[in-house]
Amino acid sequence: MNLIAKPSKENIKTYVPTGLFLVSLSLLDVFANAFFNLNLMEFLPSQLSYFLPLILGFIGFYLIRIEFSGVRYLDILNKNINSNNFNALLTLFTIFIIIKSIPPMLDWFILEANFVGNSKDDCTGDGACWVFIKVWFNRFMYGLYPDAEQWRINTAFLILFAIVGISFFASEKLKKYFILFLIFVFPFLGIKLISGGSFGLEYVESAAWGGLSLTFIISAFAILFCFPIGVILALGRRSSLPAIKYISIGFIELWRGVPLITVLFMSAVMFPMFLPDGTFIDKLIRVLIAITLFEAAYMAEVVRGGLQALPKGQYEAAKSLGMGYWRMNALIILPQALKLVIPGIANTLLALVKDTPLIFVVGLMELAGMIGLAKTNPKWLGMAMEGYVFAGLVFWVICYAMSRYSQNLEKKLSTER
Amino acid sequence: MIFKKFSIENKKARDLIPQAITVLALLSVIIYFATNAQINMGNRGISFGFGFLNQEASFDITFSMIEYDGSHSYGRAFLVGLLNTILVSAIGIFFATITGVIVGISRLSDNYLIAKVAEWYVEIFRNIPLILQIFFWYFAALRALPLPENGISFYDISFLTIKGWYIPKFIWTNFNIFLLSIIAAVIAIYFINSYATKQREQFGKQIPATIISLATLILIPLITFLFLGVSLTFEYPVLKQLSPTVFTYAGGVSIIPELIALALALSMYTATFIAENVRAGILGVGKGQKEAAASIGLNKNQILKLVVMPQALRIIIPPTTNQYLNLTKNSSLAAAIAYPDIVLVFAGTALMQTGRAIEIISITMLTYLTLSISISIFMNWYNKKMAIKEK
Repeated sequence: MNLIAKPSKENIKTYVPTGLFLVSLSLLDVFANAFFNLNLMEFLPSQLSYFLPLILGFIGFYLIRIEFSGVRYLDILNKNINSNNFNALLTLFTIFIIIKSIPPMLDWFILEANFVGNSKDDCTGDGACWVFIKVWFNRFMYGLYPDAEQWRINTAFLILFAIVGISFFASEKLKKYFILFLIFVFPFLGIKLISGGSFGLEYVESAAWGGLSLTFIISAFAILFCFPIGVILALGRRSSLPAIKYISIGFIELWRGVPLITVLFMSAVMFPMFLPDGTFIDKLIRVLIAITLFEAAYMAEVVRGGLQALPKGQYEAAKSLGMGYWRMNALIILPQALKLVIPGIANTLLALVKDTPLIFVVGLMELAGMIGLAKTNPKWLGMAMEGYVFAGLVFWVICYAMSRYSQNLEKKLSTER
Repeated sequence: MIFKKFSIENKKARDLIPQAITVLALLSVIIYFATNAQINMGNRGISFGFGFLNQEASFDITFSMIEYDGSHSYGRAFLVGLLNTILVSAIGIFFATITGVIVGISRLSDNYLIAKVAEWYVEIFRNIPLILQIFFWYFAALRALPLPENGISFYDISFLTIKGWYIPKFIWTNFNIFLLSIIAAVIAIYFINSYATKQREQFGKQIPATIISLATLILIPLITFLFLGVSLTFEYPVLKQLSPTVFTYAGGVSIIPELIALALALSMYTATFIAENVRAGILGVGKGQKEAAASIGLNKNQILKLVVMPQALRIIIPPTTNQYLNLTKNSSLAAAIAYPDIVLVFAGTALMQTGRAIEIISITMLTYLTLSISISIFMNWYNKKMAIKEK
């Protein structure tokens, strides 16, 4: 009945080489087809030659599936990608799709792409026109900020990086002062440097700010302010005083229930109605307030999760030492509660950074907005793909780095063994 | 006595002071804003009120599920926007759930390649801002589609072009009877299932309720087709020449590219979060549970259906509902690519025309707020119902 014996340790000598040969043949066929546009199986009917790599690979994988073969690499291979027929098929599909998608990607990104030149006419290849990114790079980074003044943004960020860098190497005692300086002094110095208007610096209105630097500025300030507000709201929600408790709940649920875009609409069109006639609050500040309050509500819920997770004994122990409400929270409760919810805090901050492009609603243009502006420039029509791929990459790098950093922080601060 | 009552030693008084200060501060801010708003509106000659909802809107909306043109009222325009929001959210939720479950399970696959691909899917799509993904699909990917005259055809009944996706239109006769039959089938299934549960719990009889339910769901509507005069025909889109160079499709239903881009981006983005929830849920069911189930003689399907899934779902559903809510709120990004949802139609166009910022923004926010709060009330009820009842 058995036409071919089941693959086992007895026939390993013949089956494994045959199987590996069939698998490599199928991969080679797909590879040649994808990279060199060759069809190795051309002599076969077209339908068959289409499915042949799959069939060959499948048979090959079947032949090498020998349990406890004693060959280490074969066992690892079988366990990870070839544990049964279904898995073998999935593996083949995945490998085929990956091989097939490499050449077009490579072509578009590098081989057929254009890197040199100054205008759209220099883009002759079929691939991406990276010239577009190159020419507009300055705008993507600084928005409409005047070229001659861009050193101010650079200086602000350089100082920031320098202080962060130094504080890594400084002693614990000095580190504390650096961090205090970073949180309480530097943001305002930096913003003064960028906006100008005094010390002989030319005033640059916030409508001209933009690009990636604006993404950073808004994210940094919103993170800075939303964190303490969120903690206070969370404490308020857990308070035993009914008025404070219900006001906190109402505030949190109000912001969490509406999309950010409507909040920004509100700050743009509705908020001016609530101010005395003639008062004008800068667009950037209004947006900053809106984003801060919005994210603070989410932050409050995250912090509340941490507060609720702490055992009651911690509160009682702190009280029995004679600590008051604020001392108890600042010294005992919050340090433990915040540590518990680092992933949640990181997710909220990530969401905040990812939300910054929405400021296009009020007419401010950070990176995504500047790309929207550049792609509608009559000289650069049809460059949307390059622009958004670039912006996507930039944001991806930032967000991925943030999430990785938070995972490390979580591990470092974890007191559990 | 009196001194003691108001002294700082008295707990009641001590509690009262911060509360009174907070309430007073809040009230004064509200009063300040309200007076300013009143003065501002007085200066501009606008009076507060919702009467404008009945006025003629006199603007067109590119995509509407109900009958609408410029002669209808602002209230009707609001309804059109709301329905469009619900439509894109429903489509997004449907596809996000399917993709999310598949990716979430794939991440736990013992196939290394599949697990890695799923992991990278999550890492890539979760870490790119949703608005950029929407822009990418709308301005870059969908703009690369062919013009109507060389649209990508699916067996000549459906065409994908730069102007949208044309699909056949369903033409029903006696649709109401069909709908009633579906409702009847659902009610019947409910009774069949409760009867089966009762039989199982009281007498230990196994009734194949799933198969019977499925049969009911197919059979009852089928009867309406055969005997009650319900019928379904399709109207296929056909290429039509408008001028020597301009082509379009006549007939069928056109799904506008805005809707496609938005639904794609929303579902792919939200799927990453759902995938993480699914993964956490399945991992959250202890190994001992599966072993215990196996040791009392349940087979693999029964273990999955009776032991693992009920417990995993308890972990998966609350955060996933939160994601559905997020998706609905994120659908407001539609305004960025001019998909006529509630924000674009109402908080955008209608606001520009009437200038009634306070009323319109309040209505829009209230709509979302109602949605969120009703879902969270439902969630609390569901959590209570599903919580493990400890004895």
